[in-house]
Amino acid sequence: MITIQEHDFDVAHEYQNLLQKNVTGGVVIFSGLVRDFSEHHDHLTIQHYPNMTEKVLEKIEAEAHQRWPLLETRIIHRVGKLSVNDQIVFVGVSSAHRKAAFLACEYMIDILKTQAPFWKKEGGEWVEAKDSDNDVADAWLTK
Amino acid sequence: MKNEINILYFASLAESLNRDDEKFELKSESLNSLQLKKELATRGQEWEVLLDPSTRSSVNLVIANDDTEIKPGDEVAFFPPVTGG
Repeated sequence: MITIQEHDFDVAHEYQNLLQKNVTGGVVIFSGLVRDFSEHHDHLTIQHYPNMTEKVLEKIEAEAHQRWPLLETRIIHRVGKLSVNDQIVFVGVSSAHRKAAFLACEYMIDILKTQAPFWKKEGGEWVEAKDSDNDVADAWLTK
Repeated sequence: MKNEINILYFASLAESLNRDDEKFELKSESLNSLQLKKELATRGQEWEVLLDPSTRSSVNLVIANDDTEIKPGDEVAFFPPVTGG
């Protein structure tokens, strides 16, 4: 399931939702936070392209399910104004065995970072995309 | 207007072009993404950013390339490389 929202999310609650009784063997979660990026600004703003964002995230989730034997997947991405230490993004995966969950979680956040139409603005400056993020996403897509 | 498309601009592109969206009248029945970018780029120097290889585009919510066909009623978007996560 995917959600784009302004409000915060509760990692413990999301973790519980990833569990399936008797069959879940492991859960891997990634939670991304706002770092202290500047002396001059203490907030960032995240813009997105409504409708396309949902479509891209759903495709990422579906692709992860095709690549690995997973039970539940969850992506949450916040938009709007965020402050230092705020949670931005949550990616959670449950599976019978840990390996699939580790790989799928990393896959989903790596692809999200280069394909999902979100843009960060730190103070008054738009954040520039990193080549290193493209490299890790490309590595998945050529596998 | 039957030959109209909707164009959206995001993030730094929306700021530099001073608009979030516009209706745009197609002069022909259809054109490809590159032709649209070239036509918009004739508006002035700031519009040439659309021809920059780093500028991304989508047609009807799907990432487009220069050959992607655009028809009346389509939603086209232009945006810089994404920076979420």
